[in-house]
Amino acid sequence: MNQEKPILEMIDIHKSFPGVKALNGVTLRAFKGEVMGLLGENGAGKSTLMKILSGVYQKDSGKILIEGKEVEIHNVREAQKLGISIIHQELSLLPNLTVYENLFLGNELVSKLVKKLKKQEMIKQSKELLMQIGFDINPARYVKELSVGEMQLLEIIKAVSKNSKIIIMDEPTAALTEEEVRRLFEIINQLKRQGVAIIYISHRIEEIFEICDRVTVLRDGMLVGEEKVENLTKEKLISMMVGRTLTEQFPYEKVEKGKTLLKVVNLSYGNKLKNISFELKKGEILGIAGLMGAGRTELGKVIFGEYKKTAGEIYLEGKKIKINSPAQAIRYGIVYLPEDRKREGLVLKLPVIYNMTLSNLRKYESGVFRKLNKKDEMNDYKNFVKRLSIKVSNPYQLVKNLSGGNQQKVIIAKWLLVSPKVLIIDEPTRGIDVGAKREIYEILNQLKKDGCGIIMISSEMPEILGISDRILVMHEGTITGEVEREKATQELIMKYAVGIT
Amino acid sequence: MTHLKEKILKYKSAIGLVLLCLLLSVITPTFLSVSNILNVLTQISVNAIIAMGMSFVIITGGIDLSVGSILAITGAVAAYLIKTTDNLFVSIVVAIIIGSLIGFLNGFIIAERKVQPFIATLATMTIFRGVTYVFTNGTPISGLGETFGFLGNGKVVGIPFPVIVMLIIFFIGAYILNETRFGRYVYAIGGNEDTARLSGINTNYIKTLVYFISGMMAAISGILVASRIDSATPTAGTGYELDAIAAVVLGGTSLSGGEGTIIGTLIGAMIIGVINNGLNLLNVSPFYQAIVKGIIILIAVLADKKGQ
Repeated sequence: MNQEKPILEMIDIHKSFPGVKALNGVTLRAFKGEVMGLLGENGAGKSTLMKILSGVYQKDSGKILIEGKEVEIHNVREAQKLGISIIHQELSLLPNLTVYENLFLGNELVSKLVKKLKKQEMIKQSKELLMQIGFDINPARYVKELSVGEMQLLEIIKAVSKNSKIIIMDEPTAALTEEEVRRLFEIINQLKRQGVAIIYISHRIEEIFEICDRVTVLRDGMLVGEEKVENLTKEKLISMMVGRTLTEQFPYEKVEKGKTLLKVVNLSYGNKLKNISFELKKGEILGIAGLMGAGRTELGKVIFGEYKKTAGEIYLEGKKIKINSPAQAIRYGIVYLPEDRKREGLVLKLPVIYNMTLSNLRKYESGVFRKLNKKDEMNDYKNFVKRLSIKVSNPYQLVKNLSGGNQQKVIIAKWLLVSPKVLIIDEPTRGIDVGAKREIYEILNQLKKDGCGIIMISSEMPEILGISDRILVMHEGTITGEVEREKATQELIMKYAVGIT
Repeated sequence: MTHLKEKILKYKSAIGLVLLCLLLSVITPTFLSVSNILNVLTQISVNAIIAMGMSFVIITGGIDLSVGSILAITGAVAAYLIKTTDNLFVSIVVAIIIGSLIGFLNGFIIAERKVQPFIATLATMTIFRGVTYVFTNGTPISGLGETFGFLGNGKVVGIPFPVIVMLIIFFIGAYILNETRFGRYVYAIGGNEDTARLSGINTNYIKTLVYFISGMMAAISGILVASRIDSATPTAGTGYELDAIAAVVLGGTSLSGGEGTIIGTLIGAMIIGVINNGLNLLNVSPFYQAIVKGIIILIAVLADKKGQ
């Protein structure tokens, strides 16, 4: 392949967010006419690095060289001028406009005098552009009529039409059919021949080996290494991705497992979940690992009744149950703690006490006029503030003014108030400081001892390994592996998570 | 210091009302008389009752534009029934049921069919204004009798009947919003509907109910208006939705939902009433009154923005 100088070099890039070091001296190169795979677990720093390259974030320190010259990228427009385009998972096309209108957006061809749009000319040029890449659609069609795959291809063509020299593709195949993936790969090969450098982010190991020339692996915001694909095996790649030394101590406690609490049989949800079956025992923390988009959150929300399952059965303590809404799930004693605290877990405008008792108000009602007994409510509030050591100045403090850890504890308290049998907790410690993290693990352990069954969805590998009694690994909507705590290793879980069985 | 500032911000509507009253009692001789105060309260009662229902809707993050039309159709129905049956009870109950059902229809369209509240109630507002014209054949139904007339014009121990109705309704409204589970759910839905649903609240049911309440309040107002002027006109209540929204907003309730109080709405309605009354006492042309009212609303909302 190409042995000349790299077209892009990002050298010793550092980036911190409040409380988190996202990138710690990362170096990345890309070469003309080559595909550089960028790999790493969730949170390894891939997205942050690419956002810096495309001008969304500013680096704290480090250098970016393009064709050997140092550049500063302050915003997306500057990145585009330098020939850098990013194709996101969330598409940036305007669905209510046509294909050619999208292609020419911001660069419309207009007549000199009255600035009338030259529609025919734009359609003609669009057609040429599309044909050049072997993508045969009518430029006058509306984007909303296209399939997701076609939109993705159109997005790529849009990037090419801006004479991009470097194209970043973030999980481009996530929503594509097999056939569309083929077409995408043909287009990528054609771009390579035209000398474009491509940075390709994917969780699908097979694709990496098929389309990439080299890979760069990140882990916890650091560079693990850059390697030519021909020198790699799948096993080698996985150990690069996960090979951290586990230093953090987790307060794990062994509890005698009880009877089966929850049994899920052949659960499906559209194409997001396929034939999921598992059991959860009393006194057990069942970790659910997997990469982003594996369907873990969907699994939690289907069991909780927020999403309607398309097939399968759920049994609670041996009895088949039907769950059509979260309200029903709560009545069965199944609760779900969402991963996005602010959007799904809290009413930020309301006081801490109102948030905490929101699911438990029925218990305070009394009399013909169903007056809420606010004394009982206050007692419950005080108990849980003490029990979970929530730091709050007064009951009527707005919940938005609490720290992340204390907010999470308020939601936990909300669910403990309804005495759940099954607690599904999605990313229990996301965005929470170390001290509060530990407290939350202790709470989970205590619940386990009290006979609760816990399903813990987590993207944090150490957390999964440190707290779970048993681990299920998901990949593209299916369970690809089940590992007992004693046998669990990072490599094994990652192998299942990327779909190697 | 900040504590005092918080207090002032919290009670700014009430403080505004008090200042307004003080000003008017100084510059006009008649403002601070029992008869004038009762007069103001009577005048605001209809708007305040509609605004009470509107508060529930707005706290959930919605809006109800159909209240003026509901007022018209229920007033016409009540007037028609009192003339044909001469039965006060039937007339009142049927009118209230019809108003509530229209509110329920609004709620159903918004909650179950997921139509934007603005659009849904704009449509029903137009429809029921039309229905009123069809029902009344475009002419007022007048001469409703003395018994019916008592509702809008009578007095109990010296207090005008509409004021009593208003006070009872505000008492019940404040109770529901502050002391019951339903009230708490109303705030939760307005604050974050996803969280509310994921906390086990039947959000569609609660949302339907708030429009039901709003419809019921519009119906009560419809009866009072018809009784007061001894006539149900097909144009009754035109533009009342905006006065009600203004009262709610002046009372410190945010249109984005999740915040607000019933007592605030009463104060908001009073501010509007006092301004109108004051301008009348000062012999300001009614043409200017709308301008002043609009400016006051704008100032209140801008002050609210600054307070956040």
